[in-house]
Amino acid sequence: MLSIPDTPSQAGDAVPDVSSIPSAPPAMVAFERVTKRFADRGGEGAFTALAGIDYTVPKGAITGIIGRSGAGKSTLIRLVNGLERPTSGKVLVDGVDVGALPERGLRDLRRQVGMIFQHFNLLASRTVFDNVALPLEIAGVPAKVIRARVAPLLDLVGLADKASRYPAELSGGQKQRVGIARALATEPKLLLSDEATSALDPETTQSILDLIRRINRELDLTVLLITHEMEVVKAIASEVAVIDKGLIVEAGRTFDVFTRPRHDTTRALLSGLLGTKLPEAIARRLRPEPVPGGRIYTRLTFFGATAEQPLIARLMSELGAEVNIITGTIDEIAGEPYGSLVVSYPADPAIIARADAFYGETGLFTEVLGHGA
Amino acid sequence: MAPDMLLALLWKALVQTVQMVAVAGFIGTLIGLPIGVFLATSGRGELFAAPLVNRIVGLVVNATRSTPFIILVVAIIPFTRLIAGTSIGTNAAIVPLTIATIPFVARLIEAAIREVDGGLIEAARAMGASRWQIVTKVLVAEARPGITLALTLTLVSLIGYSAMVGAVGGGGLGDLGIRYGYQRFMPDVMLAVVVVLILLVQAVQSAGDALARRFDKRGRKN
Repeated sequence: MLSIPDTPSQAGDAVPDVSSIPSAPPAMVAFERVTKRFADRGGEGAFTALAGIDYTVPKGAITGIIGRSGAGKSTLIRLVNGLERPTSGKVLVDGVDVGALPERGLRDLRRQVGMIFQHFNLLASRTVFDNVALPLEIAGVPAKVIRARVAPLLDLVGLADKASRYPAELSGGQKQRVGIARALATEPKLLLSDEATSALDPETTQSILDLIRRINRELDLTVLLITHEMEVVKAIASEVAVIDKGLIVEAGRTFDVFTRPRHDTTRALLSGLLGTKLPEAIARRLRPEPVPGGRIYTRLTFFGATAEQPLIARLMSELGAEVNIITGTIDEIAGEPYGSLVVSYPADPAIIARADAFYGETGLFTEVLGHGA
Repeated sequence: MAPDMLLALLWKALVQTVQMVAVAGFIGTLIGLPIGVFLATSGRGELFAAPLVNRIVGLVVNATRSTPFIILVVAIIPFTRLIAGTSIGTNAAIVPLTIATIPFVARLIEAAIREVDGGLIEAARAMGASRWQIVTKVLVAEARPGITLALTLTLVSLIGYSAMVGAVGGGGLGDLGIRYGYQRFMPDVMLAVVVVLILLVQAVQSAGDALARRFDKRGRKN
């Protein structure tokens, strides 16, 4: 055991990438050109789960990775704690190259990275207390210290009165709380969440998300979560990456990505979520090309400064044409308010020109949805 | 037969049976349990992945299990003599009983271990558990109700097998039933033997079930 994985030279390799960009926050996890191929097994055929991932998870934030099932997100999160090894490329956790760690080093790393699961993965034969104690037992922590450490964790997740119950006696939400307490037992710096709320009802999901957000703030714990539910990302993730067919197709601040999605996959995943879905009867009539004497349908998105101005009244007077409001919503993404409105007005070139000038002047974000009668 | 004579015979036979079943069960479990854990965890892509060794051990286990017990008893007489120093008597009978118990236990333990949800292995790995810790703290701990039932079934089967070792002078309840009850045509002895066997199996099964229920925390609702 002469090779120490976390040598200064290796850490030095990782640091300049980040520090050379003054505004970039320090990275908790960095994926560098990561690919993962699963070998052909029993005629299933070789399968490329990740086709080249470059992505950085900032320290201290809640980052969501979202994608459909089979997009590669489960594989991606398992690379972070070494449950899977990349075929090529590097995964750095706080500067340490996970793929290069020997078995023992990997076990030490895993004690600094907590993980929670969709199906909780609690031991049925152990009480709530003993489930939370398990990672400490595994780390060889003395029983006395374990007792002192587990009680405050159960307090934190609100299960102090359930310490001697068995998982079978708990509800789904309570089980996930035990999972969270267990993941925090070794005082990790990073929490991985693998579809942690996908098996829960909406109300319970909300309470678990609240708990994760509280932990993120109070313990200054970085959270990386994968999910197929946009709701989850929208509720708590300040950063988001959209993964599709093994590639990150779009990433950035959740608010920016959600209000101005650029990739089709993002749009498809978002559809309906932000209350911006057009009524079916109208959506069916829309054409991509102008209809003679028809109207143009445009989505206006309000956020930041534009959310606080009486822009619709001004739009109507600027256009000198009647503006029809089709659908609209006011909501919050990762704690930031935003509004969205779909309007239609006559597709007359002069009116469109006046509208575009108005959008340019006010900084309103717009998207043409189509044309119709 | 005079009741006191019958009682004396029954008692001696019962002690021999319990002795054979206990020793063969204990040693058989000691060796069969790790083999069962190995069989359950050494397939391709599993914790102790060794697919080739897994297949070889599986073949040996199957071969032993498919040999009729009475043939096994006779076939391994040289080995029995090597281990026990003799090929007849209760001690000698323990050798083939143990040999038959090992693969039996191994397959049952394998099945019990395979019942453990793979997600628990992943969770334990994510906590930084070593493979040994995964086996002891997760797999065996979680499979305890299944393992208890497997060992109960093993003991019950061993009681049945032990009836056949009369062929090498092993003694025991089965032997008593055959020699007195059948060959000497003494139906009272036969009946007494059967009743004692039923009680013995009943006791073992009830104890095993109760123990497994105590270990099983899966279905408890309040």
